[in-house]
Amino acid sequence: MSVLLSVEAVSKGFRGLLAVDRVSFAVPQGAIFAIIGPNGAGKTTLFNIIAGATAANGGTITFAGAPIGGLPPDAVCRRGIARTFQIVRPFPALSVEDNVTVGALLNRREVGAARAHAQDLLRRLDLFDKRHRLASTLTLPDRKRLEVARALATGPQLLLLDEVMAGLRPTETDRMVAILRTLNRETGLTILLIEHVMRAVMALASRVLVLDHGVAIAEGAPESVVRDPAVVQSYLGAEAV
Amino acid sequence: MIARLRAGPASRRAIPLAILLAAFVFAPFFVNDYLLTVLILILYFAYAGQAWNIMMGFAGQLSLGHALYVGLGSYVAATLFTHFGIGPWLGLLVAIPIAAACGAVIGYLAFRFGVAGVYFAILTIAFAEFARIGFDHLDYVNASSGLFLPVKQYAHNDLWLLRGDPTMFYYVILAATVFAFVLCRQLLHSRIGYFWLAIREDEPAARAAGINTFRYKMYAVMVSAAVTSFAGVFYAFFYNNLFPEQVFSISRSIEIILGPIIGGIGTLFGPILGAFVLTGLAETLNAVMGAFGLDLPGAKQVFYGVCLLLVVLALPDGVWPPLARRLGLSEGKQ
Repeated sequence: MSVLLSVEAVSKGFRGLLAVDRVSFAVPQGAIFAIIGPNGAGKTTLFNIIAGATAANGGTITFAGAPIGGLPPDAVCRRGIARTFQIVRPFPALSVEDNVTVGALLNRREVGAARAHAQDLLRRLDLFDKRHRLASTLTLPDRKRLEVARALATGPQLLLLDEVMAGLRPTETDRMVAILRTLNRETGLTILLIEHVMRAVMALASRVLVLDHGVAIAEGAPESVVRDPAVVQSYLGAEAV
Repeated sequence: MIARLRAGPASRRAIPLAILLAAFVFAPFFVNDYLLTVLILILYFAYAGQAWNIMMGFAGQLSLGHALYVGLGSYVAATLFTHFGIGPWLGLLVAIPIAAACGAVIGYLAFRFGVAGVYFAILTIAFAEFARIGFDHLDYVNASSGLFLPVKQYAHNDLWLLRGDPTMFYYVILAATVFAFVLCRQLLHSRIGYFWLAIREDEPAARAAGINTFRYKMYAVMVSAAVTSFAGVFYAFFYNNLFPEQVFSISRSIEIILGPIIGGIGTLFGPILGAFVLTGLAETLNAVMGAFGLDLPGAKQVFYGVCLLLVVLALPDGVWPPLARRLGLSEGKQ
């Protein structure tokens, strides 16, 4: 499998505190790749660096064969990387459908075509019946799915999901897992996710990277990573074994 | 008939809109000169408010200096007319790029260097003030003593040179208001409109969705400035006199934005309704005070303030959105 996203020795310091310390990993084309780790491990910072929202202090990021380090977030999105936000940011005063139409217009001139594409995605994400509601009236699980729909609408090759399972009930988590798996299987979409919900990570990810204090402490298949003593020590806790 | 009524708000809106338009078209046959002047004023503010709304209501960029674009439109057209005998419509073709370019300069400075929110608003005030002080000392346009357009008795209305009676001016500003309404509606339902709303709602999220927010904010400022400049051309030829202290004054900028705020920021009918409410009621107040022989300078301003206060307290989204819901005419997108 060819590598879609390659992160090499990326670092980011905030006034002396190294939030991300020379982290390297590679996401193969078509994979579902998870980044886990305790709070403050640098996961979201790493995400923001990839998405162009934060500038790294060092290292290189290569996407689909081209360097993307230093590009602004909109340019990163146009290259084919779409993201969701840990704290959801839908366009509150717009309808659910209009939220997703905005994303779909990135690669479409016609509003009608964008709207049709948005409706397809809303069906996939179980939001079609709520498409005329204002985004501000949605519940948290619905907003999370709306963010995924809007990100998908931009037609990405790589989808960055920042804790989309957080705050979801187990049945909702299972539904989200099913949706993401279907997308991955049917469209070949590569997914990079930050996740605390191990139930989702174990069900989804083909590969897991563990961050702790900005350092990558383990990487591998999910089954082996959760048995790694260093991971258990720093993140999962003894009771997880 | 029932099928048409059921066809949704779009076609249900068409009928009242047609009635409203017809009322405007035939109004000059039924009103006296004073009321006609009031109607011209209402339409003027509806037009300018609509233009301002492109920037604030659609793209979320607060301008408190729109008098700048009105003033530029006025001075460019009036100068070309008085110095070179060039008519207002050709003058408009010069005024539009100049206003858009000024908008672009302000937008570039603000958006490139991250001047946003209230600081952006202050920047727009600053540029309007630069223009006011600058024009006050610009002898080519008679500086502070004012620029006057020659007023002659014309045998008939000259639409090409915008010389004529108030009825002609009424139809000109009515056509402009209809044009601005249609333009805004088209913009709002096109790609650029969606991107503007996304920027207004959440700029980082809009960027994450791939929108080049710098570029689209620039478009918003330039389109808004260009549309506003016609209000200035109209103003110059309607009033025939221009003073920098008046046209560029911050109170002019405030007057422009009150209509959309009262009517409903970001809506298509808000600027029109707001202009009606404010100008209509203020003129009524003037008339009532006149009838009682009261002479209270500033009463109009106090009235504006009270109106604004009431709307902000009772109807934070403006008058139009709740009214539209009640009438079943919601615009859908807002």
